[in-house]
Amino acid sequence: MQNPYLPYPVRIDDIVTETEDKNLKTFKFVFINPEEEKKFSYKAGQFAELSVTGKGEIPIGIASSPTEKGFVKFTVNKVGLITTHLHSMKKGDIMGIRGPLGNYYPWELLEGKNIVIIGGGFAFTTLRSSIIYMLEPSNRDKFKEINVVYGARVPGMLLYKDELSAWKKRDDINMHITVDSTDDPNWKYNVGFVPAIVGEKVPKGNKDTYAIVCGPPAMIKFTQPVLDQLGYSHDNIIMSLENRMKCGIGMCGRCNIGEKFVCKDGPVFTLSQLNKMPKEY
Amino acid sequence: MFSYTTDTNSEDCNIIKPINKKNVKQAILGIRPCDSASFGIVEKNFDTEEYKDPFWINSYKATTFIGLACDNPDSTCFCTTANSGPFDEKGLDILLITSGDSFIGKILTEKGEEAAKIAGWTTEAPANSVSAIEKQKKEAESKISSSISTDKIKNKDTLELYNASFWEEEAFACINCGTCAYVCPTCWCFDIQDEISDKKGIRMRNWDSCMFPLFTLHGSGHNPRDLKYQRVRQRFMHKLKYYQDKYKSGIQCVGCGRCIRLCPVNIDIRSICDIMNS
Ligand SMILES: Cc1cc2nc3c(=O)[nH]c(=O)nc-3n(C[C@H](O)[C@H](O)[C@H](O)COP(=O)(O)OP(=O)(O)OC[C@H]3O[C@@H](n4cnc5c(N)ncnc54)[C@H](O)[C@@H]3O)c2cc1C
Ligand code: SF4
Ligand code: FES
Repeated sequence: MQNPYLPYPVRIDDIVTETEDKNLKTFKFVFINPEEEKKFSYKAGQFAELSVTGKGEIPIGIASSPTEKGFVKFTVNKVGLITTHLHSMKKGDIMGIRGPLGNYYPWELLEGKNIVIIGGGFAFTTLRSSIIYMLEPSNRDKFKEINVVYGARVPGMLLYKDELSAWKKRDDINMHITVDSTDDPNWKYNVGFVPAIVGEKVPKGNKDTYAIVCGPPAMIKFTQPVLDQLGYSHDNIIMSLENRMKCGIGMCGRCNIGEKFVCKDGPVFTLSQLNKMPKEY
Repeated sequence: MFSYTTDTNSEDCNIIKPINKKNVKQAILGIRPCDSASFGIVEKNFDTEEYKDPFWINSYKATTFIGLACDNPDSTCFCTTANSGPFDEKGLDILLITSGDSFIGKILTEKGEEAAKIAGWTTEAPANSVSAIEKQKKEAESKISSSISTDKIKNKDTLELYNASFWEEEAFACINCGTCAYVCPTCWCFDIQDEISDKKGIRMRNWDSCMFPLFTLHGSGHNPRDLKYQRVRQRFMHKLKYYQDKYKSGIQCVGCGRCIRLCPVNIDIRSICDIMNS
């Protein structure tokens, strides 16, 4: 019987500080046992439990893409016990990861469709995974137009800045990067809240256009009416939830919303599905 | 669950390893039928198509359940309308029935047969046992004075029940002590914690309950079940509605009545059930 609680050992291969407040770091992990990298075969949208001895485990979205081989990446915001400890760890340290867990963005369904990605703050992690996945040369033809709205409070709080500017230069993806405000005179992208930019830049909804929305509750709350106005049906709005988790496999009971477990039946749900569920997220 | 060392001089530093736990055969002697019936309900959570919890499954498999039929149910028992009964055989390998100064053992499974052999229980039961047991069972069942109905809950709209106006009032007296969940044979929620001393650490699982605010508290401070009534609602909705929604096989309760007896503020699952079912 495979033990679903046992993490795979990994080595921290690299750590990048992403934001000016130094609160977000991206960790690149390499599997100690190469055959376990194969077992950890994932899709964009899934998460894993990062496992630190003496501290415990935390669920974190997988920020690398299945098309990137040889490593996995996670971007971690420093908030409490385990994330703070993780931020103090160094290159070469050994820890564990357990997964992949949860469902993923519905890639089979999304093929042949226009994709609109809407992200705010540090919830951009699995959206990065999705973008890299769709832009992979062997995948790009599978999707029609790709639009991305990504916002942060200030320019220094944007994640993956090098990649953002590389994507901005491409003609097969429309990047709408925005910040709430900035005093940087050289800022060349948008200024304004994500919902406003969505209203201005995002194509109208139709049955072949899907929006993937991830961000803080306030962003989600104000983006939804804008998408409604643009004519997006709730079947075409895909969201990812972040309930507190422990086991990640639907057993410990803490992440439930009604009969669903966010860890196992989610974290990805359509807005139509969420409309039928208690608002416990 | 696991053990590890954080000693940097060790080759295995920070590698998490399974604890080699032998599941020695064990027997639970005298378990009540309601308690053994609860294992079938809990099993659905730990033995699933996608994931199997080896800790739970292995110790469950290694256990022989030798139950003791109930001749004197309590006034708070309602097992006969909640998946069980005082002579219920579900989940048992042997059911012991009191017969004067001794017990008659009804052997129910191969495991039970093996256990009886090991225990040396070889005396044949008296010839009239079957009818005597049946009579004793009827008597015990007739002593059960309370019942619940859950037939309507099954088909009710989940959101309607969730949003019903009675939850705040019903939860008003609750002090979120968690006793109801602690004594409940069908509550399975747990936490996973690391404990470390002198560079030797273990990862273990311990009891937890949806009655506590920490259970669902996000790192950000946001809590989807921040208020007391939301947690009380979760517990009863899980037992009486969500479980039915998920498995389409009855409620997550065996009617043992312990939560009713032990709740310090007299919250009674039977009356909650009545309100939900009406
Ligand atoms: C699907 C999913 C994807 C996510 N993706 C990301 C992501 O990509 N990036 C990101 O930064 N975050 C992400 N999160 C959020 C992240 O999981 C949390 O921020 C993280 O778990 C916080 O851990 P912490 O130990 O730092 O916080 P804490 O608030 O300290 O709590 C974490 C754990 O510490 C223990 N603990 C702490 N305090 C107490 C206490 N008082 N009593 C008992 N136990 C305590 C508990 O065991 C608890 O589970 C995601 C969450 C989910 C569910
Ligand atoms: S035993 Fe009673 S007071 Fe304690 S948590 Fe349960 S319902 Fe609330
Ligand atoms: S995290 Fe344990 S049930 Fe979802």
